[in-house]
Order: sequence, then structure tokens, then C-alpha cells
Amino acid sequence: MEPIRKHRGVVAPLHRENIDTDQIIPKQHLKRIERTGFGQFLFSDWRYHPDGSHREDFVLNHEHFRNATILVAGKNFGCGSSREHAAWALGEFGFRVILAPSFADIFRNNAGNNGLLVIELSDSVIEPIAEHADKHRPYHLTVDLEQQTIIDDYGLSVTFEVEPYRRHRLLHGLDEIGMTLVHEADIARYEAQHQVAER
Amino acid sequence: MQTPKTLFEKVWDSHVVRAPEGEPALLYIDLHLVHEVTSPQAFEGLRLANRKVRRPDLTFATIDHNVPTTSDERFQIKDQIAAQQIATLRKNCEASGIPLFDIGSGRQGIVHVIGPELGLTQPGMTIVCGDSHTSTHGAFGALAFGIGTSEVEQVLATQCVSQKKPRSMRISATGKLPEGTTSKDLILEIIRRLGTDGGTGYVIEYAGEVVRSLTMEERMTMCNMSIECGARAGMIAPDDTTFAYMEGRPYAPKGSELNKAVSLWRQLGSDDGATFDREIIIDGATLEPIVTWGTNPGMSVPVTASVPNPEDARNPSERAAMLSALEYMGLKAGTRIEDVSVDRVFIGSCTNGRLEDLRAAAKVMRGHRVQPGVAVLVVPGSEAVKQAAEQEGLDRIFKEAGAQWREPGCSMCLGMNPDILAPKQRCASTSNRNFEGRQGRGGRTHLVSPATAAAAAVAGRFVDVRGWEYRK
Repeated sequence: MEPIRKHRGVVAPLHRENIDTDQIIPKQHLKRIERTGFGQFLFSDWRYHPDGSHREDFVLNHEHFRNATILVAGKNFGCGSSREHAAWALGEFGFRVILAPSFADIFRNNAGNNGLLVIELSDSVIEPIAEHADKHRPYHLTVDLEQQTIIDDYGLSVTFEVEPYRRHRLLHGLDEIGMTLVHEADIARYEAQHQVAER
Repeated sequence: MQTPKTLFEKVWDSHVVRAPEGEPALLYIDLHLVHEVTSPQAFEGLRLANRKVRRPDLTFATIDHNVPTTSDERFQIKDQIAAQQIATLRKNCEASGIPLFDIGSGRQGIVHVIGPELGLTQPGMTIVCGDSHTSTHGAFGALAFGIGTSEVEQVLATQCVSQKKPRSMRISATGKLPEGTTSKDLILEIIRRLGTDGGTGYVIEYAGEVVRSLTMEERMTMCNMSIECGARAGMIAPDDTTFAYMEGRPYAPKGSELNKAVSLWRQLGSDDGATFDREIIIDGATLEPIVTWGTNPGMSVPVTASVPNPEDARNPSERAAMLSALEYMGLKAGTRIEDVSVDRVFIGSCTNGRLEDLRAAAKVMRGHRVQPGVAVLVVPGSEAVKQAAEQEGLDRIFKEAGAQWREPGCSMCLGMNPDILAPKQRCASTSNRNFEGRQGRGGRTHLVSPATAAAAAVAGRFVDVRGWEYRK
């Protein structure tokens, strides 16, 4: 997992609440057996016409946002299906940070397991960021996970909360399985005590 | 005296392997269900790291998302990428010693249908699967939730998953459900009230008179859709209805073992005086059949109502969401739901693809004909459900009415197989999500109960099934 400490990038706004994982990566693209190859299908029903050509009206097709690495969206981002393909697709497109007033639980975990930093910010912070992203194209933010700050080139400076454990993993790019296997003895003890018998 | 505990706390506490301050807890998993779509990358990850499946004996797999529902195609899948995904699951299960309920085995089906019907799902267990509708199994008083593929890999490797402890909510439904309403209508009503993120960060316990009187299959429908209000899981305390269901299931304890298990299961219910972070009470007696009109499961109204007006929205963002949903759905504010006609009907899925659901739909369709021009797909949730339905003659009722009787799988709930809506086609569906494009790009989904779906098939539009003319 690629660590993330301090990231400066272009912000793309998606003015929409409840963006579900069916929109992030529609089901027809879930049949691959690899973790890669999903970026091209990110938001595919919004991004492409049925014939495969780009939809001019979709934000990520605009020249200013094609290299965006920070996504700002409405509340409850990533709701619905547990498909981690959504996190893979966002990452492969180039996103490293997602800002929203709230995130769905499973998506939040999937993002954390793929080095994608999700940050919850209040509406009063999200809205001006989304407006700036529309107005100053390109609009950059610098997200500093060590300091837990976000700044722009126009005087914005806010702090954000992130659970210490999640922060630690993201800063060092640590794999959850490796961290769990350190506690193999605890797991074996649990199995012995609870007689988790073979079926 | 011990502090009173909730059902959720009892199951959670008894599965904590370690819970250091400031870190997510490491939770032991009793049952890991696996399917073809969210597992290949997890097995690949294990291989790359030279890791093994720790407890293949606590892991069970089936094929459900991709499988075609026609009898000839399910064994000869034309979609090569889907076929490869299925072949990969077979290879992975064989290499790791994981039992696979394969197509044609008699036990294949939607993962959340076969877990309970085989007796794998048991009260007090922790259950995970790479699928958000894993919450279904909470109907047995299990703590069951969906996980991503990295977590699938973690569970395969360690039989544990790292989880932050959720908060608890209790929703009590009082009274008795009126005739013609179902647990599907109740859960849709709950989601409408909570909103699609009202349950985020919570495990919901469903309780009250209504819930106590529900059958296991009806309870599963409720717990299944807990994720649609954002909840981590839904749970119902096990009772005599649960224990009776368990009896004689292939993987359930038997004889004296069952008696021993039941006495432990009886202690799982929330203690008197246990406190919840949030409590909601719903009057079940005033429930009506519910139909969704928009593009998330919280956008719904009673069948007797009209499509709502965005001008009545509580705030600008809700107004924007309503406008966008109406445009996608091709609906006008103020249109009576009963004046909305349908092109397709889908009866099936992990929400409503069980035997009782098919019986409810068949009861409505019996002696009627499907409206000309309406294509109706009935997809049993498992091979066992299909067989049982055919023994009762339900398949004949559906076929005589002009519906298609298909082979088991997830089918048109998410359209990963060939069963999809064409753009702008309108579907009455017993599934769980009406997101844009869920059943096919441009397709318009209305979530309803099996009885309401069957009535829509016959009438060609939504009707209030409470006034239905049942025929012999």
C-alpha cells in the first residue's frame, strides 16, 4: 500500500449526495479477477455515452479535472454495495484523497485498505471547497496527514480529524493482514479457549 | 450484578480477540461466506504473500452473482469474463479446501439464501461475506456484516477482521401488520424515515410485537435491507421461531447438541435494562404497502400516495436530489403511484427470493394473466427453493400466468448476468436497490414486496394489493 503523508493536488467537485458504489463502478465492470484495470470504468455511466464516447457534461471529462487527485462530494459517499472495486477504480484514476461530509462504513474501510485518505468535513467547509473547485480551475489543495491540515492558495486553512490507527496505517502504508498476523498467538489462544472446533 | 447487555454487545464481546485502546478491535469470525465476484483478488493476494487460508472449515463458497438463470446457459456461460471468474472460484476453493456449493449441486444459490437454509447461519455467530447484504443473517441473532475484498483476504488469512465497535440502535415495531403489508414494506418505511445514512455507524436491533410475530424468512427480508439505511448490521433476538427453523438443517446441531445450543441461544436476547445509543418506535398497525419512486431506497411512498414534489423538499440538496431522481425515473411530481405503469417485473433476490416470497407472489398471480407487454421474471433464491417451489406447484402458477420461471441466482437484482433492463424500462422489483443503472443502464427500478410486484405484473401498473381479487 502506497503511504500518504502530504499531498498536493487538483480538486474535482461532484455536487451530489449519496453517491453509491454502483455509480462509482457499475456492475458490468466487476467481472475482472485482478485488482487493476478499473480506473477506466470509474463513474462509467456518468462519464461515457452508451457508445463509449465521453460525456461533455461530466466533471471528470473536463480538461481541468482530468488530472484531479482530490475528490469533493456530498454526504454519505460510497453507500450501497461493498465492492472494493470502487476504491480500486478511484485510486487507479489517480485519486488519493476524498472529502465529504460523511462516508458509508464499508467504503471507508475499503478506502483505508487501499491507501485512499477519506476526510470528513462539515458542510460549511465542504461547500466553499466545492465552489472554489468550480471557480478557480484548476483549484489545488494541500492535504497534510501528519499535521492533519488542509490549505489552499487563497487563505483556506482547516484542520481535520482522523482516527489515530487509520492515520498511522496510511502514513506508513501498512497492510492490515500483516498487522493482524503479528497477533497470531492471540488468535490461536482465542480458538483454543472458545473451542472453535473443525466443522 | 452484571451490567445489562444488548444482543449486539453479547455477540460482539464474545468474539473479541484483542481490543487495544485506540485501535479497531480484532473480531473472530465463525462463518465466512464467499462468492465469485469479491473473492478472486483476495485469493490472489494470499498467493502473492505466500499465505494460507487459516480455517477452510469455517469458510463456504457458492456461485450467485454472475450465473445466468436459463437452464441451458447456466452450465455454458457465454460471457467469457464471467465464466473466468467462476472458474477462478472453483480453482481457489479446490486449492484451499473450501467447500463449494456449485451450480447443479442442489445447494447452490444466493449466498444469503443458502447460509440460513443449510443451517450454516446460527444464532450468536459472527458472519462475514464480501457482500453488503450479509446483514441478512442477523435475523438469527448473528452479528453479520458485509466486508470489502481486502477484508475478505484478512479473514481468509487470519479468520479475524479488524472492526471499530459500532453504536447500537433499537427499532421497535408495535402492533400488528395490517393484511396485505409485509416485512418488506416495514423495512422500506424504516429506511424512508431514517434516510439512506441514518443507520451509519450503528448496528440495529429490530424488536417489538411485529418483529416477534414474523417468520424467519420475513425477518431475513428486514435484516437484509439494514445496509440500505447505512447500518453496519441488523439483528433480531433468536426465539422459538428461530430454534424451530434450525431443526433438521444439514449444518445445524442435532439432537442433544441442538438442545444444548438452544439453551445458550436463549440467553442472547438483550437484557432488561440494556441501553441503546438510539431508540425508535414505529407503529406497525398503520403501515401501508410501500413503493419507491426515486433512485435510493429511502425515496418511497405508500402505494396509495402520489410522486412527491421537489418543492416540498426540506432543503436545497434534497430538492436537487429529488429533481435528479424524477428526471432519471421519468416521473412527474403529483402522479398517482397507481397510475404508474410497468414494463418488467422481477421477483427474486436475497431480499425476497425465498419460498414464502414465491408463495406470496403466486397467491396473487394464481388464476390471473400477466398484462400483455409486461415481461415477468421469477428467480428462486436457491436450487433448494426452486425444488421446494416446484413441489408445491408454484412454478405452474407463474408459468400459467405468463411469467418466466428461472434458475437460481442474483439475476436482475444487480444485472451482472444477462438479466438486465433496457434503458427507460420500468420495473417493479422485489430486490433491494433502486440506484441509477442498478438493473441495467438507464433502467428504472421501483422496490416493492413480492405481493405488490405480482399485482403489478397482472395489472400492468402499481396497485394496492390490499384490494386484490384472489382467485382459486
